[in-house]
Amino acid sequence: MIEAQGVSLTFQTADGPVHALKDVNLSVAPGDFVSFIGPSGCGKTTFLRSIAALETPTGGALRVNGMDPDAARRARAYGYVFQAPGLYPWRTIAGNISLPLEIMGFSRAERAERVARVMDLVELSGFGGKFPWQLSGGMQQRASIARALAFDADILLMDEPFGALDEIVRDRLNEALLALWRKTGKTIGFVTHSIPEAVYLSTKIVVMSPRPGRITRVIDSPLPPDRPLEIRDTPEFIALAHEVREGLREGHSYD
Amino acid sequence: MTEAVLNAPVARRLRLPMGDLLPILTVLLVIVGIWYLGAIRMNAAWERDQAARAGVELTLPDLVTRTLSQDRPVLPAPHQVAVGLWEGVAGQAITSRRSLVWHAWVTLSATLAGFAMGTAAGILLAVGIVHSRSMDQSVMPWAVASQTVPILAIAPMVIVVLASAGVTGLLPKAIIAAWLSFFPVLVGMVKGLRTPDAMQLDQMRSWSASRAQVFLRLRLPSSLPYLFASLKVAIAAALVGTIVGELPAGATAGLGARLLSGSYYGQTVQIWAALFAAAILAGVLVALIGLIERATLKRMGLAR
Repeated sequence: MIEAQGVSLTFQTADGPVHALKDVNLSVAPGDFVSFIGPSGCGKTTFLRSIAALETPTGGALRVNGMDPDAARRARAYGYVFQAPGLYPWRTIAGNISLPLEIMGFSRAERAERVARVMDLVELSGFGGKFPWQLSGGMQQRASIARALAFDADILLMDEPFGALDEIVRDRLNEALLALWRKTGKTIGFVTHSIPEAVYLSTKIVVMSPRPGRITRVIDSPLPPDRPLEIRDTPEFIALAHEVREGLREGHSYD
Repeated sequence: MTEAVLNAPVARRLRLPMGDLLPILTVLLVIVGIWYLGAIRMNAAWERDQAARAGVELTLPDLVTRTLSQDRPVLPAPHQVAVGLWEGVAGQAITSRRSLVWHAWVTLSATLAGFAMGTAAGILLAVGIVHSRSMDQSVMPWAVASQTVPILAIAPMVIVVLASAGVTGLLPKAIIAAWLSFFPVLVGMVKGLRTPDAMQLDQMRSWSASRAQVFLRLRLPSSLPYLFASLKVAIAAALVGTIVGELPAGATAGLGARLLSGSYYGQTVQIWAALFAAAILAGVLVALIGLIERATLKRMGLAR
């Protein structure tokens, strides 16, 4: 689904080149839930943006759905959820979710049908006529996920989507996201700062470290796909979280 | 915080209109008071002169009544201006050349034409500047330069050049109005069209949106609050431009002509009446745009 071989990305800045990514190798299978975790500057967001063709790698080979990322973007291979919901204040929730569909040229009837379906998926049915400011932060981010799902991309890329929300809302949204992933079978790439979040959600945890941005460890999760929130108190979960922390330490992320 | 936002309009609605009116009335009263004192003081010299020539002694009450009822006062008293304004508006048939309504209409039509031209030019230039780097670098300096040239110097040239080409009447004045009004629209629209942040533009890119789609669905709606703020400045500027354009035209019609002929014949009351007519007209125009703004932003869900 996503294949990266020796992907590098160097930004030229006034202070000389910055190696945002160096020799990144990764293979993501269909249906995987992959988390990218690491400190600021480890290139996790840059890598996600490269998959989305929002950045262009300066070296290596990156394939998305067997295509180069730019072609994959045009073929609507992914939906992207940003850290902020980015809803348009002059559009209702339904209007916001409908926006990418309008841009992609779906008919009015199909737009209405799809908007209703994804709003149901993120449990926002009945809020279609509300404006964004009338919704809580968590509901706004759910609307933004619905918008990314509306055009049926196989891949969902999420860049710290719950980073700005409080712990309790975050727990609920993590639970809902997991349910949504099981229901839709999407491939999800998820960038986060939080070890528990990464461990709770993922089938594959990619630990990254900075200067230069690189992958230090890829951990396949032994946890079952069905995960109640209480799983976070089990020894397996704690051991896995420990392993992620070890991976971060290995990359000198705590220095 | 959310609660405060939700309650704010309710609080505003519950406040008595008197509470809003009181400070305004106080300021108005003070201004009128100062104005009367000023009128007495400035017109007194002439009355004293007259009295000295006639060899009569003026008492203070006499002086006050006389200074406030001169035919050609240096500074007319508020009630004289009010009467002048009232007679100009209601005392004439509106087709009469003495009617302020007729003169205001002459000015208004040129103002609106110039405002429309200026707004269109401002928006078009802003769209070009936002989408083309070379336009950004080439147009903006000229736009700024155009506003640093005093309009009083430009206006007669425009009028004279166009008149020699056979173009007179509304169009030359509208061009001067457009000259002044395109600039605020240009600046506001450039700012407004650039409000979408990197994330919103990335989002559009992730949907492979075309430039036209980004413009229509993101940039244009984002810019509307800025556009309306600029339009208020622009329409007032258009009115000033039109009046300035009416001054050198040989001046037979329009509020500018009224000002000019008033100053030729020392008709200070006429000048002040025309001034107030222009001020009222500007107030009405700005308020009108404010209404359209509120209605539009409310429909867009941007007004809370």
